[in-house]
Amino acid sequence: MIELTNVRKTYPTRKGRRVVLDGIDLRVSKGQKIGILGRNGAGKSTLIRMISGAELPTSGRIRRGISVSWPLAFGGAFQQYLTGLDNTRFICRIYGVDFKAVIPFVEDFTELGIYLREPVLHYSSGMRARLAFALSMAIEFDCFLIDEIVAVGDSRFYSKCMYELFEKRKDRALILVSHDAHIIKGHCESAYVLTSGRLTAHDSVDAAFDFYQTCVQ
Amino acid sequence: MPFEHDTPFLKSLQIQVRVVGALLMREIVTRYGRENLGFLWLFVEPMLFTLGVTALWAGVGLRHGATLPIVAFAVTGYSSVLLWRNCATRCAMAIPPNMGLLYHRNVRVLDLFITRILLEVAGATMSFVVLSIIWISLGLMEPPSDILLVLLAWILLAWWGASLALIVGGGSAHSEMIERIWHPTAYLFFPISGAGFMVDWMPPRFQEFLLWVPMVDGVEMLRDGYFGSAVRTHYSAEYLTLCCALVTVAGLGLVKEAGRRIEILT
Repeated sequence: MIELTNVRKTYPTRKGRRVVLDGIDLRVSKGQKIGILGRNGAGKSTLIRMISGAELPTSGRIRRGISVSWPLAFGGAFQQYLTGLDNTRFICRIYGVDFKAVIPFVEDFTELGIYLREPVLHYSSGMRARLAFALSMAIEFDCFLIDEIVAVGDSRFYSKCMYELFEKRKDRALILVSHDAHIIKGHCESAYVLTSGRLTAHDSVDAAFDFYQTCVQ
Repeated sequence: MPFEHDTPFLKSLQIQVRVVGALLMREIVTRYGRENLGFLWLFVEPMLFTLGVTALWAGVGLRHGATLPIVAFAVTGYSSVLLWRNCATRCAMAIPPNMGLLYHRNVRVLDLFITRILLEVAGATMSFVVLSIIWISLGLMEPPSDILLVLLAWILLAWWGASLALIVGGGSAHSEMIERIWHPTAYLFFPISGAGFMVDWMPPRFQEFLLWVPMVDGVEMLRDGYFGSAVRTHYSAEYLTLCCALVTVAGLGLVKEAGRRIEILT
């Protein structure tokens, strides 16, 4: 189970400290799929960074009883001068996963061919996104964090990703943040709305959606 | 405490070793590539520096001590400069280019610094050893008289470099100013670091002041091990150890605070 208790996060700005998250309580148990709706700048990505453990909260507590992924398909950690394969090797080392067992999957899934052995610098943005997604799937987690679902590559590849994540791994927990209520409706069982640094829980995705609509207007 | 650790110590240690190992491989391949000399650059680079300085000093005929072999003097002196200077310089602003890596929870700010410190210490050590072996086998340098003392001095100098690196690295995460201040500081410390002189050559009143500089104690100790009774050295290993310990504690504090406050911007 993942448990956030009274999590606060403030960032210093030129005009004093700005409160981004103001007392967040959240519980996600194994296999649960939750969506978090919020407008641009509501603090969704900050919340994801707190849950993933990349940044620490200013106060409050975060417990991770299950393994939690890094934000899905995040490609910002690629070393440009290393090949796709080297980057894969690095991720495997970090997570203590056998590199050799992962290569066939990455080769097959990314369809990068000889480019897997070329520096990431030479990749198109689509190729980069494919590699990033493949790496997210190469390491197994109990809970996946998704910071907006962005279309990866062409429609065929996109559906391949969707199958890999929502079909093959449908037993996993999921935390999806988005400003798009339809995406959350399609993938989550329950939903929260993030406004002014606070989370409000709703019984159904529809109720959250209605509340979000009133907030947006 | 805003962050609760329930990972047992041994498990944490295991993760840290794994992460630093992965970062080391990544840094080596990125920095030196797979082509031509590859990772050999790790020590060829500092070796070329030391070679250059040795040639320069020998050419100019820097021989205050007259009896002191210039090659051994340059190798011991410049190698120790590389040790403390490179560690700190490489740790200044080590975070921005590696920011994205922090998305992987097990990669912490401290790991980025440990990686760079290990690489610099390894490079400087290999260059020191390889150069010594070459000069000794060519007959241009005598073997060290007390190898254990050399080793001890080297370890202390490396520790001093590492502790400085934590201060400079952790400090530069709080303010870029630290990085800017570090570069002139390193230059200013070079002439008084003991690399180019022996404390014994200095007037007594000046000696006392010089021994407050930790690098001087380190180099003197190293030369004591190298030359033995051929030279008179002045140093305090206890003082150097104390400095290392204090600066390490302060540095770790800075790094911890940097890790707590970091904002990942990618």
